[in-house]
Parts: sequence; C-alpha cells; structure tokens
Amino acid sequence: MNKPSKFDEPWQAQLFALTVALSEAGHFTWPDWTAAFGAMLKAKGKDRPLDGGADYYAAWLETLEALLDRTGLAGREEAHAMRHAWERAYLTTPHGAPVHLPGDSVSGLRCI
Amino acid sequence: MPHDDSDHPHALLPSDPALRVKALETLLTAKGLVDPAALDAILDTYERKVGPHLGAQAVARAWSDPAFRERLLTDATAAIGELGITGRQGEHVVAVENTPETHNMVVCTLCSCYPWPLLGIPPAWYKSDAYRARAVREPRKVLAEFGVTLPEGQAVRVWDSTAEVRYLVIPMRPEGTEGLDETALAALVSRDSMIGTGVAEAPK
Repeated sequence: MNKPSKFDEPWQAQLFALTVALSEAGHFTWPDWTAAFGAMLKAKGKDRPLDGGADYYAAWLETLEALLDRTGLAGREEAHAMRHAWERAYLTTPHGAPVHLPGDSVSGLRCI
Repeated sequence: MPHDDSDHPHALLPSDPALRVKALETLLTAKGLVDPAALDAILDTYERKVGPHLGAQAVARAWSDPAFRERLLTDATAAIGELGITGRQGEHVVAVENTPETHNMVVCTLCSCYPWPLLGIPPAWYKSDAYRARAVREPRKVLAEFGVTLPEGQAVRVWDSTAEVRYLVIPMRPEGTEGLDETALAALVSRDSMIGTGVAEAPK
C-alpha cells in the first residue's frame, strides 16, 4: 500500500509542485506569490470562511491562473483552450486507454 | 473512486480543477517554462521525504545538546543545516523556545507560510480561515480546542509567519525524560507541539 498523500487530491499536489517550480525557475518570487495568494484568500473568505481544504486549493489555482495571465506566461485564453483540449481528449478516448492530447494541441507553443 | 463501469464508452473525465491544472502544466512545460523532472522532484520531496520527523530531530538535539540549542536560537537556519535540513521555505527560520513563562504559537495570517523543510506541508486546519483569524485574537481559546490548557501565569506569544520568516516552536522537554536518547526524545515531539498548538508529552 502507498502511504496516504499529503494532499487530498492529486491535482492539488500537481498544482503545488507547478507553483514551486515556476518560482524556483525565477518566473516570480515567493513573496510575490504569497502576496497574491493572501489577497485571493482574503477576497474568497469574505462570503464564508475557508476550511483550508478543497477551497484553499481552489483559491490557489485561481491565484496561479490570474498570475500567469497577468505576466503573460500563460494567458487565460490559451489556458482555457488547453483545458478544453484535455476535456475532448478524455471524452473521445475509449475507457481504459491512456489519454493523450492530439499532436497539434501543443505544437507552436515552445518559445524560440 | 474506482471506476470499472464497462458501460462507459470513454475515459473518466477528471474534475474541473484537475483539468485546469493539467492545462497549465501542459502549457508551461510545452513552453519550456517548467521542467517536468523538476515537478517530479518537488512532488517526491514533499510527498515522501520531508515531514515533522525532521523538525522533531532538531528539537531532540536542542534538548540534548545545550550548545546546539544556543545555535538553534541564534541562527536556526544554520543550525538545522548542520543536521542536513535545508530547502525552500527554510531560508530564514527562527526558533522560539517555550518556557514556564511563555508559550509560543505560530500562525500565518496572510496565507499559510510554514517551515516546509522542518514540518512538510501544513495541515488543513493551519490553512483554515478559522485558525488564521483566531490564533491572534484568542489564542488561549484556540489552544483549549486543541486540548492545551496553559497555567495562568504562562503568557502566550503568537508569531505571524511571512514569506520571508518561518518559525519553529521548541516545546518544553517533558518531565521524566532524563535518560532518553535523541531518537526516543524525537518520538515525543509532535507536529502540533512545533506549531505551538500542542505540547510534547512524556512517554507513557
């Protein structure tokens, strides 16, 4: 048996790793991140208190999407298009087969 | 949830946030902005390597070795480095020691800053609005909910973490542990005792 994850769902772990990796690669500083995330948590907590679980990572994801859009690292539209490309890939892949994006979904993205 | 339903014609669709994270990951790796190997290394570190057992090791050493305790209180980052404990979010750690006069407790009112190299990923309650708001306002009440009742004469000092400074609480060494070695002592040091929402318990 695997040890239980430190995260409730795998996407939370992926999101955490992605954010740390981006900061470490120098795309934003950690204080920039915590300032943006803190502001998002404050805004989200106005309606109802956050429990620190799923709603915490939902706010984390929203912060990262906004930060990537603002800095131009990944615009809202391309992120949205990619999300739908993945959704289509899942819906058109037979059950049990590995899910892949069609080749043209990521071509042309690499910075030159 | 297992999904063995053979009536399903297609792969199980992940949740909306899972798809959005996948989208970001695909975009950022395709653009060469993050390295997939770096992502795997980060996951491996925080899922498997780092956790409160490392903080407990530092506390046990401080209890056993007065010179180390001094160094931990003076420059915690350098002192834990001696034990091989280093890493992101540990660049500026400050150790605060509980005494009969003062009990220390740590919070991050901004978000969830936490000494990752010593304690790993914070528990959900540390990230909750309830804890973040109330730890500063009514620490004794919060402590009581964690089952910690402090003597009246013991003051509570609450430390607010930031992106730059992370705190480690050195709990008081329990009575009756004089003969124990560092490994046995470390087993008494819980995660919560190093956040200050618990105390180190004497061996049963």
